[in-house]
Amino acid sequence: MSRTPLDTVEHAAATPDVELPWAELGLKKDEYERVVEILGRRPTGAELAMYSVMWSEHCSYKSSKVHLRQFGEKAPQSDALLVGIGENAGVVDVGQGYAVTFKVESHNHPSYVEPYQGAATGVGGIVRDIIAMGARPVAVVDPLRFGAADHPDTKRVLPGVVAGIGGYGNCLGLPNIGGEVVFDACYQGNPLVNAGAIGVMRHEDIHLAKASGAGNKVILYGARTGGDGIGGASILASETFDDAKPSKRPAVQVGDPFQEKLLIECTLEAFAEKLVVGIQDLGAAGLSCATSELASNGSGGMRVTLDDVPLRDSTLSPEEILMSESQERMCAVVEPEKVGRFLEICEKWDVIATVIGEVTDGDRLEIYWHGGKIVDVDPRTVAHEGPVYERPYARPAWQDALQADDGNKLPRPATSDELKDQVRKLVGSPNQASKKWITSQYDHFVQGNTVLAQPEDSGMIRIDEETGLGVAIATDGNGRYAKLDPYTGAQLALAEAYRNVATTGAKPLAVSDCLNFGSPEDPAVMWQFAEAVRGLADACQQLGTPVTGGNVSLYNQTGEAAIHPTPVVAVLGVIDDVARRTPVAFQEEGQLLYLLGDTREEFSGSAWSQVIHDHLGGLPPAVDLERERLLAEILISASRDGMIDSAHDLSDGGLVQAVVESALLGGKGARLVVPDGLDAFTFLFSESAGRAVVAVPRSEELRFNDMCGARGLPATRIGVVDGDSVELQGEFALPLEELRELHEAPIPALLA
Amino acid sequence: MTARIGVVTFPGSLDDRDTQRAIRLAGAEPVALWHKDKDLKQVDAVVLPGGFSYGDYLRAGAISRFSPVMETVIEQAKAGLPVLGICNGFQVLTEAHLLPGGMLGNDHLHFICRDQKLRVENADTAWTADYTAGQEIHIPLKNMDGRYVADQYTLDKLEGEGRVAFRYLDFNPNGSLNDIAGITNEAGNVVGLMPHPEHAVEPLIGSGRTDGLPFFTSILKKLVNA
Repeated sequence: MSRTPLDTVEHAAATPDVELPWAELGLKKDEYERVVEILGRRPTGAELAMYSVMWSEHCSYKSSKVHLRQFGEKAPQSDALLVGIGENAGVVDVGQGYAVTFKVESHNHPSYVEPYQGAATGVGGIVRDIIAMGARPVAVVDPLRFGAADHPDTKRVLPGVVAGIGGYGNCLGLPNIGGEVVFDACYQGNPLVNAGAIGVMRHEDIHLAKASGAGNKVILYGARTGGDGIGGASILASETFDDAKPSKRPAVQVGDPFQEKLLIECTLEAFAEKLVVGIQDLGAAGLSCATSELASNGSGGMRVTLDDVPLRDSTLSPEEILMSESQERMCAVVEPEKVGRFLEICEKWDVIATVIGEVTDGDRLEIYWHGGKIVDVDPRTVAHEGPVYERPYARPAWQDALQADDGNKLPRPATSDELKDQVRKLVGSPNQASKKWITSQYDHFVQGNTVLAQPEDSGMIRIDEETGLGVAIATDGNGRYAKLDPYTGAQLALAEAYRNVATTGAKPLAVSDCLNFGSPEDPAVMWQFAEAVRGLADACQQLGTPVTGGNVSLYNQTGEAAIHPTPVVAVLGVIDDVARRTPVAFQEEGQLLYLLGDTREEFSGSAWSQVIHDHLGGLPPAVDLERERLLAEILISASRDGMIDSAHDLSDGGLVQAVVESALLGGKGARLVVPDGLDAFTFLFSESAGRAVVAVPRSEELRFNDMCGARGLPATRIGVVDGDSVELQGEFALPLEELRELHEAPIPALLA
Repeated sequence: MTARIGVVTFPGSLDDRDTQRAIRLAGAEPVALWHKDKDLKQVDAVVLPGGFSYGDYLRAGAISRFSPVMETVIEQAKAGLPVLGICNGFQVLTEAHLLPGGMLGNDHLHFICRDQKLRVENADTAWTADYTAGQEIHIPLKNMDGRYVADQYTLDKLEGEGRVAFRYLDFNPNGSLNDIAGITNEAGNVVGLMPHPEHAVEPLIGSGRTDGLPFFTSILKKLVNA
């Protein structure tokens, strides 16, 4: 038996000189002093635990906050936004009384330490955010980035991450409909595992994370609380990996998707019966986060008895219980007369549910343990009034030299044979190769509403069987472009995701983002971050698509080497009738191929410069957001009016990559002609933004051309869907069988 | 008049709503059944849908077979009630000994999701009469533990009696013996298969094909004409 007295509030006040391990918990000296100042005494151990996790970079956004404000300040007027930044996830009106919530989050650090569980719990966390808004989750997407495809450690990390995403998501019954897989040596020690989810609800079912109404009960339900993930938020997510420190394995949580599936069903049943006043999921910072956020967002205070928390390990200290990041737990605020029914529903689904406290009419969050008061704080100071840093930032000295190293000056293919050979190398390079080996490990059929899934330009889900109303989502982010110019790179990420949604026929409505960067303590990284946020906020304002929420992941850095700045942008769109969707695959021989948009000599940061020359330098492709908007309008109109049968956005790898993908998916070849004013090389490999290639039935050619002409969008006929090879007239022909082998063989060969 | 077809929801069932939709699209009436409830609500047939019934951390289907609803399903299946097991439902049927053999982890050790080509080998069961023997169809497949195994005696018996209902064509996705995708019992009222016919009932959705619909029209016609 320990003789140490319980560190109650009273005890803390009486023993001001006791030294607490604030540094070990990740707090800086001035942050600890601020806690003492707020409380007017030293914190108890439990209070210190709460402040340390809630004031961590991961939970408090202390380095990024001053920049993220722009998403609100520059938010475009949008009728579609029902709930904005700050809640568990943003909510968008998609018409017919439906609302959609979506969000992307990172689980980068845990996935490097323990790929399977790190990725699995990433899916679990984002799905709980969606349920906490009152929505039924309907799909997930996973933007992933790994080190070089042929690096031995990629073979450790990638298969584990993919199996973890599949193992968790498949078991929840959520179709995986999109995402990306990118390889680059810059992610070698810092893979990016971002996870996105979409949920659907009726407008009247939106729920918020707040505890109101004195006397209402606070119910913790789901898994028991264990020792997993303790300190995950503060130590794991907020520090750079360093070989000298001990293993961080115990800080990664372990997921139980079956438990999460039960949690989804019983939560939705409780929502359906209107039993819930407020709700919050337990993710990073566990109970510390859930209690302080619920209490600070509501009208009253909260009293919690920690002894009532069901434990997996009875030896846990109160500090550990408050910090535990055990998965598959949620916290609901329920009126006293409805508690019985709520518990019944939990019992029906065999979910453990316990009343652990109640809403009070004060304004304090009070937590008790063994009869003693161990926490007595203003919950706002924990949840919302954490430190805010104006980190110094400065354009790095090397940026000029990098931009001067122009990719347009790289040697280009001199002969037809060389051109052909470079096409073969491009479509067979790991980044451009088929990711089927990965995506076939995800269920994309479950729920019976999947209209489009990867490798389509965006995933699409039907949300109303009667009317055919659907939503589309695309995620994009090109770290190479962002490294060359973070402002433009972030805008290009948005432009591409926006274009991808429109290419499938859906109207882009709103944005979520996952901003992956290196250490904010490095002024160069901070400059990249500031520039990317400014670029994204400006572009969202211009395109009329508000940012509804998202996530920042910093410290993606090993030693001095930061990852490329990698803003990943998700765009959500709506389509009135999914029967009008446009797929990537060529549908019918004889249809005419049109290139929409302008093609310029833009090779800096391109896939071609990476694959052929292993080069990164120059300026990324120019952004023209008005052009993106016009292109989107044309693609949506053409889809609605049946003027195009297939469409593919042009991005990494340029036109040739897009045509090869459409041909392989449709099992039909293409004959291409270099249009006037372009050379074959630029035609095939340029990565100019604002472009798409579409297949137009001959009967629609006149109407389609008239529409593009009238709206002022350049549309150039470049060939026809035909035969069983991809042929560039006068240059080369590559049989589909050969292309299929080149495109599909590399990933299994490297990773299986 | 139409037929009432029950769909069992185990706590970890995933394709129960999809199966109900497929039944509705075929023209029959879906009836939700609950795993803790022995009452089958006088349905004319039962589908055990896909999913991870109790998490399947143990052998897939090993716990479900002991659930209250399965007591009645087992008893009535033996008396002739038509029962279809899809994916996890197939695993439950083998664990319940309504169908012989069992399922192991896929030989490549990965979850696999693809639109799978199959040949209908037996078009005389309660669930396959709307197909013709030898017909080639595409049905989505998605599983972790789909490798059908049985001892040689059982395999010979299944083959000899024409009880292999579906066989994988072109590509064996999981290492199943004899490329077996689905089987039937002797009476032809109990059928199990790994692929998911409920995901191939609407153009544009899922695989975009409707090759799975005949499962549900087969049983409807049989029940209505009975």
